[in-house]
Amino acid sequence: MNKFISIESIARRYPKAGGGSTTIFENLWFSMNRGEFSAIIGHSGCGKTTVLNILAGLELPDDGLTVVDGHAIEGPSLDRAVIFQSHALLPWRTVLGNVSYAVSSKWRDWSAEKVAAKAMAAIEKVGLKGSEMKKPAELSGGMKQRVGIARALSIDPKILLMDEPFSALDALTRGALQDEVRRICVETGQTAFMITHDVDEAIYLADKIVLMTNGPEAMIAEIVENPLPRDRRRVDLHRSPDYYPLRNHLIDFLVTRSKTFKDEMPEGYDKRHPPIVRPGADNPLTPGETRKVA
Amino acid sequence: MLTSLNARGALLSAVIFTVFLLAWHIGVQGKASVAQMDPEYARLMGVAATQGKSAMPGPLDVGAQIWQHLQEPFYDRGPNDKGVGIQLAYSLGRVLLGYALAVLVALPVGFLIGMSPLMNRALDPFIQVMKPISPLAWMPLALYTIKDSSISAIFVIFICSVWPMMINTAFGVSATRKEWLNVARTLEVRPLRKAFTIILPAAAPTILTGMRISIGIAWLVIVAAEMLVGGTGIGYFVWNEWNNLSITNVIVAILVIGLVGMALDQTLARVARAVTYPE
Repeated sequence: MNKFISIESIARRYPKAGGGSTTIFENLWFSMNRGEFSAIIGHSGCGKTTVLNILAGLELPDDGLTVVDGHAIEGPSLDRAVIFQSHALLPWRTVLGNVSYAVSSKWRDWSAEKVAAKAMAAIEKVGLKGSEMKKPAELSGGMKQRVGIARALSIDPKILLMDEPFSALDALTRGALQDEVRRICVETGQTAFMITHDVDEAIYLADKIVLMTNGPEAMIAEIVENPLPRDRRRVDLHRSPDYYPLRNHLIDFLVTRSKTFKDEMPEGYDKRHPPIVRPGADNPLTPGETRKVA
Repeated sequence: MLTSLNARGALLSAVIFTVFLLAWHIGVQGKASVAQMDPEYARLMGVAATQGKSAMPGPLDVGAQIWQHLQEPFYDRGPNDKGVGIQLAYSLGRVLLGYALAVLVALPVGFLIGMSPLMNRALDPFIQVMKPISPLAWMPLALYTIKDSSISAIFVIFICSVWPMMINTAFGVSATRKEWLNVARTLEVRPLRKAFTIILPAAAPTILTGMRISIGIAWLVIVAAEMLVGGTGIGYFVWNEWNNLSITNVIVAILVIGLVGMALDQTLARVARAVTYPE
């Protein structure tokens, strides 16, 4: 049990209108190593955002617990930075003001110059130098999300939590920001957890892809290890022999198995240890078949 | 059509104003026929009866009166003869004092109501009952308990400006976007800092709207309140000049009340613009 992040048997239930409760998920287990990039994919309503909120500390699980770096999560923490889907910038502050706000929240006794310098470093990292005195309203959607990323990175978080950060952006901007995030995460060894709907985004960014079945009572069907090389580039992603087997596996899951998994659970399925699979050229999995590799 | 909409609007305003002044001027010319009367009796009657002049002053009379007031706005010749500037200063002083007290009460209480659903439920019935009460209905009670007419007027201003500000503050605070609050939560921002750096700026435009409504009501109410309590102030000036049958001064006072009210409103509109954030 020396995992960096460990989700242990968490459950989340919401009260139903007519009494009783709906179980979003229960007995959910999942862990991450330091420096790992995990993406979780699944249909809307499967509880992905709830898992992220629990990791962020914005919601508490009804059962179970989440441990980060040896400490149980009891609430939000500056160790865990969130990049919100809607960027959530404070519109009355400038770009620098927004990032400085995070920096001065983390290091409360820092001088104004030190805070500004740290914030500027984060702004430069996401390529927004020159726009630091602009208000969010003057920025494009992509630039706003860059500020959101800069704000999250500026506090040197142990883990970066991303809730569909690029879903509101156009395809070109999305691609550019994915490159940016991948570069930063690889360079700095940032541990990251991301929710996405986009299979290609998951393939490009994530080392581990968590497949979640449809809710309610969603489960982690399996954890897919990304067989693509770590130094992968967007332009030749699709030329890799492992790309299509992986992509097909993910699409098959989203299209059919996310619905049917509950009725066709593989033999020996254990919620605590969901099967780890590694689809690739040498291991093309047919839908419904999961081969344990670990 | 090269001139801007603003310029054309101003031109049209000037035309309307000129037409109004002309109509006014012609309207008060008076009838030609003058009834024959005993000279003794004529001396008791005003110019309206003896020379056929209208009792209603014309724009020229009002203009002359305004000029006179401008020459000497702050003279003080006893309790019933003070310059219009002094009277205005008294009224403004009362309004600003009552209003400032209302801000001090309404903003914190509004914040509390906005942040706590419990307090919202608990205080809502009181606010709903207090809000529709005409501020002047408080006057007798204020006079009885405070026993000072000037402070009673200030109290009336306070009570009429406090509700719109409180309700707007509560609404603005409770409408703070969840995502901004989540940002504060993930950054572990402490409650007081959160109140001042997230909730206050987020709610500021709504709060200012309430403050603007309040200053308008306060300025409406001060005139009526001063008519009741007497002594000083622009409201008292209007009533005093009515008793003097100086319609000219009444018209001047009406104009001045309008201009000052506009200035107060515009000042707050300017502040509101400064705290409004584009999204």
